[in-house]
Amino acid sequence: MQFPFLSVIIFSPLLTAVLLLLMPKDRKDEVRVIAAFAAFVTLALSVFVFVAYDRSGLQFQFVERIPWVPALGISYHVAADGIGLTMLLLTGLVIFTGSLVSWGIQDRPREFYALLMILVSGVFGVFVSRDGFLLFFFYELAIFPMYILIATWGSTRKEYAAMKLTLYLLIGSIVALVGILALYFASPVRTFDLDELAKAAQNGAFMFNVNLPWGRVSFETLWFLPVFLGFGVLAGIWPFHNWSPDGHVAAPTAVSMLHAGVLMKLGAFAALRMGVELMPHGARQWLPFVIFLVTVNVVYGAAIAMVQKDFKYVIGFSSVSHMGLVTMGFATMNVVGLNGAVMQMFSHGIMTALFFAVVGMVYDRAHTRDIPSLGGFAQKMPWVAIAFIVGGLVSMGMPGLSGFVAELQIFMGVWTAGQAGVAAWYPYIAAISVLGIILTAAYVMRVVGMVFFGEFHEDKYHGVGDVTVLDKTALTILTAVLIVLGVFPQLLMNMISTGTMPLVQMFARVAGGG
Amino acid sequence: MNPSTLNAGLVAVLPEILLLILAFGVMGFDLFLPGSAKRLLGRVTIIGLVIVLAVDLVLPATGPVFGGMIYVDGWVALYRMLFLAAAILTCFLSLDLKELEQNGEYYGLLVFATMGMSLMAAARDLIMLYIAIETTSITLYLLAGFLRGSNRSAESGLKYFLFGTFASTIMLYGFSLLYGFTRATGYEAVAVELTKLTQAGSQWLVMTALILVSVGLGFKIAAVPFHFWTPDVYEGAPTPITAFISVASKAAGFAVLVRFLMTVFPMARGEWVALLSALSVVTMTLGNVLALAQHNIKRMLAYSSIAQAGYILIGVVAVANPDVAPYGPTTVLFYLGVYLLTNVAAFAVVVAVTNALGTEEIAGMAGLSRRSLGLAVAMLAAMLSLGGVPPLAGFFAKLYVFAAAIGQGLTWLVVIAVLNSILSLYYYLMVVKYVFVDRSEGDEQPMQVAPALNFGLWVAVAGILILGALSTPWYNLANMAVRVAKF
Repeated sequence: MQFPFLSVIIFSPLLTAVLLLLMPKDRKDEVRVIAAFAAFVTLALSVFVFVAYDRSGLQFQFVERIPWVPALGISYHVAADGIGLTMLLLTGLVIFTGSLVSWGIQDRPREFYALLMILVSGVFGVFVSRDGFLLFFFYELAIFPMYILIATWGSTRKEYAAMKLTLYLLIGSIVALVGILALYFASPVRTFDLDELAKAAQNGAFMFNVNLPWGRVSFETLWFLPVFLGFGVLAGIWPFHNWSPDGHVAAPTAVSMLHAGVLMKLGAFAALRMGVELMPHGARQWLPFVIFLVTVNVVYGAAIAMVQKDFKYVIGFSSVSHMGLVTMGFATMNVVGLNGAVMQMFSHGIMTALFFAVVGMVYDRAHTRDIPSLGGFAQKMPWVAIAFIVGGLVSMGMPGLSGFVAELQIFMGVWTAGQAGVAAWYPYIAAISVLGIILTAAYVMRVVGMVFFGEFHEDKYHGVGDVTVLDKTALTILTAVLIVLGVFPQLLMNMISTGTMPLVQMFARVAGGG
Repeated sequence: MNPSTLNAGLVAVLPEILLLILAFGVMGFDLFLPGSAKRLLGRVTIIGLVIVLAVDLVLPATGPVFGGMIYVDGWVALYRMLFLAAAILTCFLSLDLKELEQNGEYYGLLVFATMGMSLMAAARDLIMLYIAIETTSITLYLLAGFLRGSNRSAESGLKYFLFGTFASTIMLYGFSLLYGFTRATGYEAVAVELTKLTQAGSQWLVMTALILVSVGLGFKIAAVPFHFWTPDVYEGAPTPITAFISVASKAAGFAVLVRFLMTVFPMARGEWVALLSALSVVTMTLGNVLALAQHNIKRMLAYSSIAQAGYILIGVVAVANPDVAPYGPTTVLFYLGVYLLTNVAAFAVVVAVTNALGTEEIAGMAGLSRRSLGLAVAMLAAMLSLGGVPPLAGFFAKLYVFAAAIGQGLTWLVVIAVLNSILSLYYYLMVVKYVFVDRSEGDEQPMQVAPALNFGLWVAVAGILILGALSTPWYNLANMAVRVAKF
């Protein structure tokens, strides 16, 4: 048996959390150092598994499989494919930079970092779970600390936002859980193992008809939407996106970074793994309609972002808009679109983490996020301004940066899917969505102009200085990733395709056979 | 009775005999010990109970003894283990309470109650069963009203007594009907005669007896509509006793319910499955809805325990086909073990908070995470486990019960239970919110927790975590016991 890399990645943050809680309350600096170190270790390990993955080998590698509750068909089964590894890398980057920018938290840093670490364990766990129960467990582990983190360390209507977020996500996840249980009880061998379930799905095990009061429908038709949209709540799919801007705005900086950067991807990832992969027929049937919802995301999110006065709300709604593109990529069900979607998950994760870090840095020093009253901050914190501008260019899909690689592929995917006859309206969707990109350019420019340029009010923001070295380190890492991936997208694309190719082949088989 | 069967009988009830000696011993010591040494009483009780627990686990299954009055198998041994564990944890909760710690009667009564429960599980005869139930109930009435200076405690004892005797009288009427119909008191003999009655077309006689008996047992497990005593008794009783009633007495009720229905009424299984399914639905729904409106944490936990009884009833009715795994009675036993640890942990936190702050309001939990992070984490674990959030033990308990019910085609019941679980999350999470998010005056002051209480609390919390991470050993044990049990 090989070294259990994935388990170490999952459980080292959890152990760190326990360690932190056992430390004396007043050792704030030690707490910060330990947390940052642990975050760095997970980053290093996720880089390592990314590099060590054999791209010509099996789809799932680093497999660990131990029976957990045999009576219920639950096993501890973790393994990583190209998509999971990409997400691991993203999580490692965001948690490391997030722990750097949270250095300034003074109110009980011990509990803050411990909760952050528990949350990260859950996130890592979801991305490598190959057991439906395990995935759901880690999913919940990632959601629950969020409530306490926002309600305790947040700002701007924090309790309202925390409760709203928790209720939305909880209800979504329970709907999805009921769907998972339905799959479990419908599977030929009662099991939660995703390999087994996926195999059963490809053999048409979930194609049987269910009698309902209003007629007979196939099992997949019935259960695809609850699972996909249940997890989709966390991916911010319209009209279930409402928790996201409020939650992101209320959360403390590192939590916003993690939440928008990584947690929303959990929703998309789980919807792909549990929804699309296990019920491909249901996906073919429903995704062409889901695409309407996410088109609203893309355009409406960007339009709302444009009229916000609160700096952080702009970023919050921009996440809604960009996450819409991810689901749009799923809806293409072809290689180009799926590659673009996964790339968008990564690129948006880094970009939005960068944005929230910048907002946090400005807010910590200016004590306001009101866009009209800010101005000229580029003079005081040039590093932050440059980072934000790079992020903004990524956001509008400027060629040479990672966002372009992602969004171009998604639109190409949508177009191709239209030509391949998935649904007649796909080309129009692509055309309308481009409108979102134009709006994005507008709101990014507006923020850059009003916050970082223009007149600096010396009287109001007297004593506002530059950011710390740690902040600069975090910004540099994030910006560098965005640029490097824009120039050398194949660094990531090769890896992503090893994960998406099997999915698309499975679609082809299912379509051919069914 | 010849000597060898007598010996077998004595071996079978050895735990009960030891408990009897322990109870009298503790009460006797109380008379002779000087005031300063009375603190020892609780410790002596704990040591005694641990010894009985060890004896219980090593004793062989003897089957029927005393002319079939008592029947001891692995299933009984496991239920006994639950009662003993609950009693031990209750002692830990009581050790540092001023009114209780120096009182031999208190510990003596607690041990008597444990003995009664243990006989309830082991009884296989109507008369034995009734005596066991009364032994348990009367001692519990006394314990509920034990705080002599407190009106609420007196009210609690009196209410428990009035409701309890009422329910028990109805049950006794059911027993007398059963005897009248069958001229037998042994479970199997009654069942044989009842089957004949059913075949002769007199099902309604069987049904009458079944319903009357269900009233008494419904009272014990606090199922709706026999639940009215629960909130008042839970609120007024000394908190450790509330914990004890909520877990041990309920477990004893379920032990009797499962064995009695399976052994005495196999011919009317369809009827009692329907009856208890309906009870389960109203019990969990009403329990959860009323829990939403509570301000007192003990009342909230009372309604929560009613709702939990509703979930456990699902396991009781999932019995149609014994070849399906997981099997209903197994999941009931599993659930009760988990529920014991979880509720004791919750009540232990309540004891600690009440001791330090003198409040039983849910709002009194505000800022607990600042006063004592340990207590806050324990409360978090208990609430999430009660709410059935993975990976805590409570989640697996629910999953096993639900899986058993779906295996028997009771999907509709599971759908209602899942909806109920979602509803219950609201009030469980509300406590978490108070503990972690809200502030209260003076919450920078760290809170002291008595060492014994702390120990009991962390044993329970460790149990919740361990049964969550590794549920299989306890499940296998329960399953083995249920599979060989002759119902």
